[in-house]
Amino acid sequence: MGSIVSLIAVIVLILIAYTGVKAANLHFLFGVVIPYAAVTVFLTGFIYRILKWASVPVPFRIPTTCGQQKSLPWIKQNKIENPSSPFWVVVRMALEVLVFRSLFRNLKTQLTDGSRLVYGEAKWLWLAGLAFHWSLLIVLIRHSRFIFDPVPSFLHILEQFDGFLQIGVPVLFVTGVVLLVSVTYLLIRRFFIPIVRYISLPADYFPLFLIIAIAITGIEMRYFTKTHIVGVKELVMGLLTFNPKTPEGIGWIFYVHIFLVSALFIYFPFSKLMHMGGVFMSPTRNMVNNSRVKRHVNPWNYPVDVHTYEDYENDFREKMKSAGIPVEKE
Amino acid sequence: MAKFTAKPNELSKIDYTPPKTHWLETPVEIREHMFCHAAKPKDLETVGFPYGREWRPNDEDWKLPENWKTIIFEGMRSLLKKYRSFQVFMDICVRCGACADKCHFFLGSGDPKNMPVLRAELLRSVYRGNFTLAGKILKKLAGARKLTANVLKEWWYYFYQCTECRRCSVFCPYGIDQAEITMMGRELTNMLGLQIGWIAGPVANCYMKGNHLGLEPHTITSSMEFFLDDIETITGIKIEPTFNRKGAEILFVTPSGDLFANPGTYTAMGYLMLFHELGLDYTWSTYASEGGNFGFFTTNDMAKRLNSKIYAEAKRLGVKWILGGECGHMWRVVHQYMDTWNGPADFLEEPVSPITGTRFDNARATKMVHIAEFTADLIKNSKLKFDLSRNDHLNVTFHDSCNTSRGMGLLEEPRYVLKSVCNNFYEMPEDTIREKTFCCGSGAGLNASENMELRMRGGFPRANAAKYVHEKYGVNMCAAVCAIDRVALSTSFEYWVPGVAVCGLHELVGNALVMTGEKERTQDLRLEPLPGKEVAE
Ligand code: SF4
Ligand code: SF4
Repeated sequence: MGSIVSLIAVIVLILIAYTGVKAANLHFLFGVVIPYAAVTVFLTGFIYRILKWASVPVPFRIPTTCGQQKSLPWIKQNKIENPSSPFWVVVRMALEVLVFRSLFRNLKTQLTDGSRLVYGEAKWLWLAGLAFHWSLLIVLIRHSRFIFDPVPSFLHILEQFDGFLQIGVPVLFVTGVVLLVSVTYLLIRRFFIPIVRYISLPADYFPLFLIIAIAITGIEMRYFTKTHIVGVKELVMGLLTFNPKTPEGIGWIFYVHIFLVSALFIYFPFSKLMHMGGVFMSPTRNMVNNSRVKRHVNPWNYPVDVHTYEDYENDFREKMKSAGIPVEKE
Repeated sequence: MAKFTAKPNELSKIDYTPPKTHWLETPVEIREHMFCHAAKPKDLETVGFPYGREWRPNDEDWKLPENWKTIIFEGMRSLLKKYRSFQVFMDICVRCGACADKCHFFLGSGDPKNMPVLRAELLRSVYRGNFTLAGKILKKLAGARKLTANVLKEWWYYFYQCTECRRCSVFCPYGIDQAEITMMGRELTNMLGLQIGWIAGPVANCYMKGNHLGLEPHTITSSMEFFLDDIETITGIKIEPTFNRKGAEILFVTPSGDLFANPGTYTAMGYLMLFHELGLDYTWSTYASEGGNFGFFTTNDMAKRLNSKIYAEAKRLGVKWILGGECGHMWRVVHQYMDTWNGPADFLEEPVSPITGTRFDNARATKMVHIAEFTADLIKNSKLKFDLSRNDHLNVTFHDSCNTSRGMGLLEEPRYVLKSVCNNFYEMPEDTIREKTFCCGSGAGLNASENMELRMRGGFPRANAAKYVHEKYGVNMCAAVCAIDRVALSTSFEYWVPGVAVCGLHELVGNALVMTGEKERTQDLRLEPLPGKEVAE
């Protein structure tokens, strides 16, 4: 259900861009106005969300410790999984963000022989997640050739690596393929793993379909229609220098591609895609486990009613005395 | 209510296939043996909790206050402004499912709403519908839903089927901690008087009498007498502990459960013997006679109110520092909350072991040391003599308590102590220990008797791992540094893996400890004959 709605939504987006450009000739709208709007929404939305999170206090120091604490000097501490200094928190976070450390831990738990739980490796999600995010990043960086003139040398190097297979003209970029394969896997697992299917919402399918469509249109332009690159670069440079123009000769596919990307940008701050920023702000991961060493202050800590010792002794004075327990007031 | 009679082989037939209907369209079914009784109005009144009333979870009408929805929305709004964790965790879950099969309640029940991700979605769906733009516009398409009485019931049912163990949080790529969300959910239910009796009773007791069990001062001393007599029988040594003694160097605080129920009592005996042997200048307190904190399972304020007694008493008695006994959630609270709530403890000194001179730098602000840290240091410095053969009748494994492993990282200290006091130690499978440990199934205030099916289901993964070492290595004893574990695992193992008993770390220390002037021991702390010793005589 959720997947169909999302698929339809993406198809509708494609049709909008197609008819907008092909039938209504709205090149300026799709090539300039919407991308501008999308970037604006993305940036303000993203910053707004981050600031909103940042404005909420972290009242307690609650890291989830995944290894030995720092205690006695002769006991080996697990500095990464149970960091006791900011440096090691940075290491822990870097591992989370760069190589998805926690997801790497994933296990598959199964009931066998009717009554025995067994735990097995489950690395596919980690692998696909990692492949997806990294290839997406590299593809994104590769796109910066459209905004630099001349194209900087690091991009040439990146492209050389990415095209190491030396297949075809233009050379096949591995990341494009990896991106498409991994994102497809992420989609397919939502269909075929029963519990994942059960928890999936339209909001989970939609970005996957959208990214697949973006990847396909991108690949199509690079390897098949071989879009008018000079024109595209002119358009993008125009956008960047606030001197927008829509050069002739750019096919409709490009407009669909950039419209889908715009849709993704606009959708981003309102959705779970914000995990990109949120991963840095999770108190169970980004805090030092030193709460017994250094007092953590809760900004909204306020006094509460307590049952004082005096109240207690008043309730039990006689009983305490007869049990030989010292009291304050005889 | 009919008694819970399901046999283990029936209960372990677990079907993990999700139902045909989507969870948003599957109304909650409040099942017998899976929930706890409602709180008694008088217990709520004692601590000033609102809306105490007679109600039953399986009644149609929960007698909610007129404006209950407003209360919930206001409550959510306020919690979202107070806790970044809550706000961020509401926003960033990608529903990848990595946490799904990590929860012992899901593994033991197959109920999809026990997957941490869905447990969170129960609340998140209402959050989306009322606090996010996408949810307000796209409604169901964005996975949003309206708050109804049925939704509230569903929250209640599943937030009291989570033991706040944090295992899900270890595996989540963003560290989303369902324990944190459950805590918020429980705050909300508490605003409507929907507390459970098994939590509200101990909270009221602890507030008025100083401990969960409601032991009055004279009862504490007299129940201690029993242990002291037993210790004398076993060792020939008469120990005389002190209570509420001003000027002692150390205040000792431990969960009251260990003063009352087996097998925790043997652990308490272990403490008494160890401190006596060391000649430690310490005192017990009857006012701060509870290390645990059931308030932590209700609201933040209540937890703080109960916890305040520890520092207050330390200050009144003028001790230098505080030593804490074996307990799981107590240590989550002491380690991650106490100083923030009720500190700074500037009236205390940085803890230094009077026996070894070791400075416990890792506790220098909070000034409270875990007994496993304390004892490990003693052993490392060769301050204790042990006769390991007194534990030779035991093949021991170790259960990491959720809170000390995932909310602190106390993993090696207890293992070091264990290996120093017994010869036969075997670990349970790798994926079920340390930070990946499984909950006993009864934590976070759920160790009642009316929810026995829930407890046994939740205890299944832990018991399953115990069964593995029981069959493989003949393990017959499981040590744990948690008072709730000692009670809960006993019941769970009796059900799932008869033949494995449960003990505290310091029971085994007490068994092995060679005390100055003791007689030749023929019994362990349970007053059971020590194999081999009777032959020797
Ligand atoms: S592992 Fe984390 S992100 Fe994935 S479904 Fe669970 S809570 Fe959500
Ligand atoms: S905290 Fe523990 S009991 Fe609660 S959802 Fe997570 S794994 Fe389950």
